Amino acid sequence: MSSYWLTAMVFLPLLGAAFVTLQSDERAAWRSAFIFSLIPLAISFYLFAAFDPHQASYQFVEHYDWIPQFGVSYHMGVDGISLFLLLLTTILISISLLYSGGGDIGFRAREFCFFMLLLETGLLGTLVAVDLFLFYVFWELMLIPMYFLIGIWGHGRKIYAAFKFILYTMLGSLLMLVAILYLVFKARGSLGHLSFDLPDLMAVPLTMTEARWLFAGFALAFAIKVPMWPFHTWLPDAHTEAPTAGSVILAGVMLKMGTYGFLRFAIPLFPDVAVEAAPIFMALAVVGIVFGALVALVQPDLKRLVAYSSVSHLGFVVLGIFALNPQGVEGAVYQMLNHGVSTGSLFLLVGMMYLRRHTREIAEFGGLWHSIPIYAGIFMVVMLSSVGLPGLNGFVGEFLILLGAYLHTWQAAAAAVTGLILGALYLFYAYERVMFGPITKEVNKSLPDLSGREIAVMVPLLALMFFMGFYPRPLLNRMEPSVMALVQRTHAHVARLDSRHPAQAMVAQLTRSAVLK
Amino acid sequence: MTNTFSLAAINFDWRPILPLLIVGCGAIIVLLSGVKVDDRDSEGLGWLSLLTIVIAFAASLVLPGSQQVTFAGALVADDYTAFFYLTILFAAAIIVLMSLDYVADEALPGAEYYSLVLFATAGMMLMAAAGDLIIIFVGLETMSISVYILAGLARSNVRSNEASLKYFLLGAFSTGFLLYGIALVYGATGTIKLHALSTLATGAPTPMLLMGVGLLLIGFGFKVAAVPFHMWTPDVYEGAPTSITAFMAVGVKLAAFAAFLRVFLVHLLGVQTDWSMVLWVLAVLTMTTGNVVALMQNNLKRMLAYSAIAHAGYILVAMTAGSSVAGAAVLYYLLGYAFTNLGAFAVIIALSRRGRAHELISDLRGLGTREPALAASMAVLLFSLTGVPPLAGFVGKFSVFSAALNAGYVWLVVIAVINSVISAYYYLRPIVAMYADQGGAEVVRMRSRPALIAAIAIAVIATIVIGIYPQPYMTASTDAFTSALGKPPLATTASLRP
Repeated sequence: MSSYWLTAMVFLPLLGAAFVTLQSDERAAWRSAFIFSLIPLAISFYLFAAFDPHQASYQFVEHYDWIPQFGVSYHMGVDGISLFLLLLTTILISISLLYSGGGDIGFRAREFCFFMLLLETGLLGTLVAVDLFLFYVFWELMLIPMYFLIGIWGHGRKIYAAFKFILYTMLGSLLMLVAILYLVFKARGSLGHLSFDLPDLMAVPLTMTEARWLFAGFALAFAIKVPMWPFHTWLPDAHTEAPTAGSVILAGVMLKMGTYGFLRFAIPLFPDVAVEAAPIFMALAVVGIVFGALVALVQPDLKRLVAYSSVSHLGFVVLGIFALNPQGVEGAVYQMLNHGVSTGSLFLLVGMMYLRRHTREIAEFGGLWHSIPIYAGIFMVVMLSSVGLPGLNGFVGEFLILLGAYLHTWQAAAAAVTGLILGALYLFYAYERVMFGPITKEVNKSLPDLSGREIAVMVPLLALMFFMGFYPRPLLNRMEPSVMALVQRTHAHVARLDSRHPAQAMVAQLTRSAVLK
Repeated sequence: MTNTFSLAAINFDWRPILPLLIVGCGAIIVLLSGVKVDDRDSEGLGWLSLLTIVIAFAASLVLPGSQQVTFAGALVADDYTAFFYLTILFAAAIIVLMSLDYVADEALPGAEYYSLVLFATAGMMLMAAAGDLIIIFVGLETMSISVYILAGLARSNVRSNEASLKYFLLGAFSTGFLLYGIALVYGATGTIKLHALSTLATGAPTPMLLMGVGLLLIGFGFKVAAVPFHMWTPDVYEGAPTSITAFMAVGVKLAAFAAFLRVFLVHLLGVQTDWSMVLWVLAVLTMTTGNVVALMQNNLKRMLAYSAIAHAGYILVAMTAGSSVAGAAVLYYLLGYAFTNLGAFAVIIALSRRGRAHELISDLRGLGTREPALAASMAVLLFSLTGVPPLAGFVGKFSVFSAALNAGYVWLVVIAVINSVISAYYYLRPIVAMYADQGGAEVVRMRSRPALIAAIAIAVIATIVIGIYPQPYMTASTDAFTSALGKPPLATTASLRP
């Protein structure tokens, strides 16, 4: 049953990274990096095609001993949740490389390609790891290249932003390491041996106090990564100062690692606590949705605006996850992909504008519709996708999330809807100021419109927006078994506990009937 | 207590001290051939020392498995001894490799330099092999006195002189503590033999024994640079010639921990409850002080000095746990620590030229473009020190933390983890300087220094390999420590799994 697809997908970029450093000139470096990034892309498409949509468990599994003394294994697998994030990662990396080669990265191209491919290894590895040690290794590994991407090719206060990013994330992840270790040693009691394997660890009996602390350890790491309000302060700096490709990957993929972590680890490992803490997380998510949108509304800087919109959008994802019902979780996974595509596109568009004008101040623009219509048209579609226009991708995810949240707590859904309205407001308002009206600045009259390469960068993303908006079925039916398994596991666990607490049991019964409806 | 002494009953197996003898003889040969060799042409002596070390290394390879006590219990030839013989010799070999150019560049007296390095190495090995407290002391003195001189070998350099004098005064002071501790332990138990201590020092200890153990702790605390006995470290590390700083940060620490661990985690387990709380406090103080003060350093050597203090703190975290898992974790940690630090100091040597030291963080600026390979090496080593997976430093921290958690010290581990985050800040600063800034000091082309390249390459490759595939080294650490405990080594690690 062993296949090597996952190993190949994760480590070929690393090989590519080594290969790129040997290139003598920069054009060759860009070309070889792009070609190397196409290999994992092809593999992820193959995985998508070969994925069995009726199976909830891991597929394409690879399982070997790594450090037997510690019970650490090399265990990889893909399920209906990680499958799409893999696709998203490989697509966005290739697109970012294609875009960056067109002049966005003006110096030290070889190193840039090296770090992008190394980052790809880290990201893909995080998504396929089933062993917690392996997961942690990749989780930390992805910080390093991102740190360099921001620190070397960033703008303005790039060093400050890079430091803030890495220290913040490290604090979270190291506390998670403590939680992982505690859990592993606890598990030895019932397993009889050390194991970092996720399926082994899901069966560990824990007291409620222990479970709460451990959940907190995991949740902090993931909440910082998402980032959930109030742990979001690193994000605007990191996003604003990062180079365009860095922002695309950071927003498009890396933030999803936080929400993915909740789905893959925090909730399945501690279902009771997840159910118990769900109201808190939903409340924080709603605060994040509204807060992010309000702050985005008043940003004078286009990139900062998009960065804050991420806080808002990721709030939706967390809201869906902690609704803990099939609609909410499926919507959350879908929204993770949407956000990757839409916000990735927005960052690319902002980057293209920055290349032309070397500013991102909204006040510097106006009337661009007249001078660069292709750009304005594409921007329009992307913006509508981000706002959640029916027929485009954003709508499907947001609808499912709101449905799920409504089934859990209608007040949360009601509050979150205001975020949708604000989302439309800040994006339309910004669009109006940038694109419409008369051209006020002389330089804006003679801006060159999108180049062939830039159009080539945007077209796959636009196609995805339409495809995911019109025809979500092939995606949803692949994620459904895994999502259902997760939700059922959470609630089955709670039901078992409930036999001891009649009052809680009633509540859970109500929740379950709502779920099944 | 009556001791019947009979020469015939003593096992004079020479094999355990053969590596020691080789190193000692090599040191004498190097010293004597120095008479014929000009100081400015000392490279040959370096190669001779390297040869000595390689032969001693080969002689040490036969040791593992020869589970025995020799010389009436004065020496122990177990896997633990062999582990430290090999590690110390490996470290010494890298030190010699990185010294070949440096000694000539800095115009250090070659014969004295290399022979003292060998003498100190012999002292370190003796400490690791010691089976009684007096031998530990003899080893410690052999090592320390050699290193005092080495630290001051750059005679025309004021800072080097200061380092030497400071190290000597404080070192002598700390040796006094250790010796007094040995005396009190002897007074309380009537023995200096370690294996006898493990049966005698149990139960409720007498005040005299407690005093003795406490003074031993202070003595070792000085040598491993635990806070508050660390005051000498930054000045001495900064002032000494860089290769000697590396020797102190790695070799001295290996030897000191070898003895420290054997005394406390093997033979003083009977009174563990009395010292583990003290170690808890020492560990927290050491980690926190080391990391916080390192934040403000602009001199790389000084920064690495404080980082070395912090790392001693992480090791103390495992020692607090006091289990056999913890002992094995410390050995593994020391292995990773040794290679990583050796590499980092070798890079600092690579930055210096013709006696002009370039050891400020700002001197690293732009190294990423001027010497990409050197910069990449330094980055890997610094990431390993930070504890980024999958490098040796991460797996070391991982095993240390898991040992402490396993023993129930959750808060201690949380403090250690927060310290790791703090440390990330100062380890990242040189990396930023190398990659994000421009215009630092010019570097001698690396191509002209093959020995130094070899030293750095070995360190970097070891750091990566030990991290990615830690299993054999973990097994070696576990076997070494279990053999020190007097248990048969685990045949396979499979016994840990069902």
